[in-house]
Amino acid sequence: AAMMVMNADLRRERAAATFQPELLTHILDGGAERTRRRKEIEALVINDPDFQHEDLNFLSRSQRYEQAIRKSSLMVMKLREHGIADPDEIYWFKSFIHRGRPEPLDLHLGMFLPTLLTQATPEQQDRFFMPAWNLEIIGTYAQTEMGHGTHLRGLETTATYDPATQEFILNSPTVTSIKWWPGGLGKTSNHAIVLAQLYTQGQCKGLHAFIVPIRQLGTHEPLPGITVGDIGPKFGYDEMDNGYLKMDNFRIPRENMLMKYAQVEPDGTYVKPLSDKLTYGTMVFIRSLIVGDSARSLSRACTIAIRYSAVRHQSELKPGEPEPQILDYQTQQYKLFPLLATAYAFHFVGAYIKNTYHRISGDINEGDLSELPELHALTAGLKAFTSWTANAGIEECRMACGGHGYSRCSGIPDIYVTFTPSCTYEGENTVMMLQTARFLVKSYTQVSSGQQVTGMVSYLNDLSGQRIQPQHVAARAVTVRLNDPISLVEAYKARAARLVEAAAKNLQAELNHRKSKEDAWNRTSVDLVRASEAHCHYVVVKLFTAKLSEISNAAVRAVLTELCLLYALYGISKNTGDFLQAGILTDAQITQVNHHVKELLAAIRPNAVALVDSFDFHDVHLGSVLGRYDGNVYENMFEWAKKSPLNKTEVHESFHKHLKPMQAKL
Amino acid sequence: SVNPDLASERQTASFSVEKLTVWLDGGEEHTQKRRAVVEAIERDPVFSRENQYFQSQNERYEAAVRKAVHLQKKMHEMGWTESGPEFKYIYRAVSGDIAFLLHRIFIRSISVLGSDKQIAKWIPLATQHKLIGSYAQTELGHGTYLQGLETTAVFDITTQEFILNTPKISAMKWWPGDMGRSATHTVVFAQLYINGKCYGVHPFIVQIRSLRDHSLCPGITAGDIGPKMNFENVDNGYLMLQNVRVPRENMLNKFCEVQPDGTYVRQGSQKINYFTMTTVRISLISDEVIIPLMKACTIAIRYSVVRRQSKLKPGEQEAKILDYQTQQEKLLPQLATAYAFHFINDYLQELFNRVYREIRKKNFNTLPELHAFSSGFKAMVTQYSTSAVQICLQACGGHGYSSLSGLPSLYTRIIASCIYEGENTILLLQTARFLIKCFRAASAGQPVPPSVTYLAAVKPGKCPAKNKLEFLSPNIYTEAYQHMAARLVSSTAAKLQDLIQSGVKKHDAWNQCTVQLAQAAKAHCHYITVKNFAETVEKLKTEAGIQKIMKHLCDLFALHGIFSNAGVFLHDGYVSGAQMDMITASYLDLLAVIRKDAVPLVDAFDFTDKSLNSALGSYDGQVYQRLYEWAQKSPSNKQMSPAYERYLKPLLHNTQSKL
Repeated sequence: AAMMVMNADLRRERAAATFQPELLTHILDGGAERTRRRKEIEALVINDPDFQHEDLNFLSRSQRYEQAIRKSSLMVMKLREHGIADPDEIYWFKSFIHRGRPEPLDLHLGMFLPTLLTQATPEQQDRFFMPAWNLEIIGTYAQTEMGHGTHLRGLETTATYDPATQEFILNSPTVTSIKWWPGGLGKTSNHAIVLAQLYTQGQCKGLHAFIVPIRQLGTHEPLPGITVGDIGPKFGYDEMDNGYLKMDNFRIPRENMLMKYAQVEPDGTYVKPLSDKLTYGTMVFIRSLIVGDSARSLSRACTIAIRYSAVRHQSELKPGEPEPQILDYQTQQYKLFPLLATAYAFHFVGAYIKNTYHRISGDINEGDLSELPELHALTAGLKAFTSWTANAGIEECRMACGGHGYSRCSGIPDIYVTFTPSCTYEGENTVMMLQTARFLVKSYTQVSSGQQVTGMVSYLNDLSGQRIQPQHVAARAVTVRLNDPISLVEAYKARAARLVEAAAKNLQAELNHRKSKEDAWNRTSVDLVRASEAHCHYVVVKLFTAKLSEISNAAVRAVLTELCLLYALYGISKNTGDFLQAGILTDAQITQVNHHVKELLAAIRPNAVALVDSFDFHDVHLGSVLGRYDGNVYENMFEWAKKSPLNKTEVHESFHKHLKPMQAKL
Repeated sequence: SVNPDLASERQTASFSVEKLTVWLDGGEEHTQKRRAVVEAIERDPVFSRENQYFQSQNERYEAAVRKAVHLQKKMHEMGWTESGPEFKYIYRAVSGDIAFLLHRIFIRSISVLGSDKQIAKWIPLATQHKLIGSYAQTELGHGTYLQGLETTAVFDITTQEFILNTPKISAMKWWPGDMGRSATHTVVFAQLYINGKCYGVHPFIVQIRSLRDHSLCPGITAGDIGPKMNFENVDNGYLMLQNVRVPRENMLNKFCEVQPDGTYVRQGSQKINYFTMTTVRISLISDEVIIPLMKACTIAIRYSVVRRQSKLKPGEQEAKILDYQTQQEKLLPQLATAYAFHFINDYLQELFNRVYREIRKKNFNTLPELHAFSSGFKAMVTQYSTSAVQICLQACGGHGYSSLSGLPSLYTRIIASCIYEGENTILLLQTARFLIKCFRAASAGQPVPPSVTYLAAVKPGKCPAKNKLEFLSPNIYTEAYQHMAARLVSSTAAKLQDLIQSGVKKHDAWNQCTVQLAQAAKAHCHYITVKNFAETVEKLKTEAGIQKIMKHLCDLFALHGIFSNAGVFLHDGYVSGAQMDMITASYLDLLAVIRKDAVPLVDAFDFTDKSLNSALGSYDGQVYQRLYEWAQKSPSNKQMSPAYERYLKPLLHNTQSKL
């Protein structure tokens, strides 16, 4: 078949770019070689007929689940066939196959196997790991309950040790203690790692992990004492069988408690783990993945919205002239370009966190845990900051596509529903922000008592006694250079310092009112969240700015500098209150900021399409009619709609069932 | 039995919930009528939404058609009529989950745009459902910008017919509701050509499906546009026309007519076209925006007193999540917004009625104000409400994402309102155009509508409040809003002027200021909303019990707006940094005050459990039990998935050999 000709607008946009998108793609991928390898793996999937199927938008939930299971089974085999073993390469392979969506084996591969590796004893690994590796055992990770999520200590499932039989008796004592939400639990898994309050010798020893068989090997029927099922339809996640699990006096052998750290001896004696900080490591890792995911999801939405805005023509800018591309309207640029800049910013932040995590994990293995608290605090905050921003940004991209964005053919609804739960899972965002705030307040208190702090919070060191007078801060106002990212980093630093200080002082004031610690904390929590947000915002601007100096190609550096400036200035224009109130910027400077933002919109406009091309999403992965690389939007919307289930017959059955009888009666 | 955590919230209400409900409804009589309609609908199993969350698009559509057909019977049985007082409550009672919504727009457009003769011919057919109508305006390539529509209607003098065509793919009609599967007729908007000359967009009645067997008429290609984020009950459709001929009499010709010899005659005012759009924009605010927002608040707030998580005090029971300041700060401003918008809707209705009375006296002077305001308020109300519903969803933690919470479908439905009936950014710019015009007129001493006279009165000044309590005075914050709105309008007008004087062309200057213009328009609407809320509270003197809590909500709405937009109030020094700290303190204090009445305040919205259709938001607060029971009903638990036999079983059993 003849290739469709590329839409003339997009062709023109691409020809006018001032830089080579491939070079930027290499930077995003972490090197030309990694880009090559990524595309190679992508081709393995795209050229494999086993991974092709009908558009998922036309399938029912049950059919989508079935497709996902089919592809996952093939995926596990083909990973081994192709010899793909590097974690990043596995991630690419999986992500291309499932087109960025969740799949029923996610928890098996991402939680069950790794937890066995890190928390099981060698004997337990012998029993469980190879069968799980070979998928005779499919497992999930059952932590969240109906009544408790982020607040883990509140979990109610119990595991009571019975020394007579050397078994644990698992129970879901209340409705709220039913395990609820774990992915792959509803229909797919035959085992689960269950988190439960351990009771032995009449005492509660807190949460521990147990390997619990839930379905009969062979028949897949639930085991006696186990009630398991799917939690029903959700906002997206159609491929995933998020499930519930209720246990009634369900017995497992003593050896099924994961005992690499804590142990229960045959007589019921409890042996404490050495350190509980180690569990931080996994959380930090998963939250750092969410930062990267924020960047990718927002990038996909931006790609769709910006390409479509270059193809769509509407209304008139100049009387008598043809309708302009909607991307030429200032309001459209103002909606999309700051998001484009944000996508780049988050990409670099994600890469930074990932590298830092790998560096620090090395230290941890050698017993050095000193950097862990800061990294933990930073990832908690950045997880919340980036997922909130990306979540809102994806919706903005969709709305920037007008009515067609609302159609599932735009692909953005799917990106949104797939991404939005990350504001809640792996730590509810507000709770995450408050964890970061706890670290910030602690650092502030250290500084106040004369100690120095290091790392990303070192700016708090500047807040010693006399230097925090308002006059002093105000004196800095004129020194901010609005066209210099490094100077803007300083402005963000000053804002973060001011808000951390304000929150800490308000907290102190509440404490002075003889409120309990918890009460005081609660009554300051809105301030504390604001402080955390300002801190995270500063970190993002700082990391984006730092990235610029690493870029050797002048054309690429120039366009990234514009994006970095836009990111920083737009952030100021959206939070002018903070900068004005703290005296960091003057009224006149704020007016200048707004003016610069508009200049940057115009400067970025010619490179907008090339900047989304650089994200290098394959059409299959993007899954959007509006965002197609060739820009042939309208023809393909029509082709897509013709496949809709409602169009299967020309006259819909409801005509014969309802309409015709009514017309006959009237 | 009612969950004790929810029951205790109701015992401490500072006001009578029933009194507030009656007041919101506009009187005892209305409340009774509303409840009667809701009860009659909910008692009828055909209207049940019990399985809605488990249905496919196809099933939802079929159910919606079934309900629409049944509703005709029901109305007849109950003695309800389209012009009766019950009618406006029917839509609320069925939660909009019904087909033939566009059929009513079809009828309305003929009534407004058709001649008496056309009305006499078509309206009886439509009201008796001898035909089912739709309204085909939007095309693949054009939406809000109507002049850009590309469908053509060429007059053929020899046969006295119009020949309708879809000349290119982007001209295909796309999105009209009821058109994908149901409609037999539609009003097609097309560019009228007579003797090669284009006369602009006009409406034509076109039959698209056979009245006998529902098959497509010759020259017609039509179908469903495929799955969307919501509105599965509506068969939004596409339509392609190939040399479709309709008689000359099918052009709706109350205002414009093509005579047999091809002479084009315009009569009456075209402005009246605005009026139809305005009517739709105002009516959607209440049905499609405020009610869903109130439902979302009800669900999230009730759930937040049932859900206990973590501890506020060591040794005590886990705290209700509504006792956390951050949770209050998420939800209570949304609750205040729901009330604020309920009152601004009353304001718009009044404005509408006033203008309508004038129009009937052939006075069109007040139309621009109504048009500008309905545009701006539609944009602001839909935008704020959409984000409010999203906040409610995310405030329910993980369970908010379950369809069974009811929140995902409220969200995906309300977000469409930001686009349909005029894309919000474009609407704000229309309001801005009006404001700039009024600002210039007022500055030149010419008369302007009373609602915008404040624009000319802008002068530098300082907010006089001296402590945080003074910020609870409506005069103080209303004036701050007024000052801010006037400043944004006047500074944008000045910027436009500067650009034009420096030689930039008018349209370029306009485009360069659009970000500011949209912001100014929103600021104006926000100001009017605050002012209207404060005035509404003021008028409540006779209802002392309610006035106090309404005053708190009004304060919260106003201070939340300042807190979240601090920069625009600080910018010219009208509010100082120290005052901003007072505002923040007052705002946070209010959260704790309103917290106590949060549940009674949502109870007053008076939604039945069936209408909320939420496992988290029911009146009795039996959240977890219901979530568990409802999940059992999911098809995924009733049928064995074919996935097990087909894929899982081989995977679990034969892996060894394959791997």
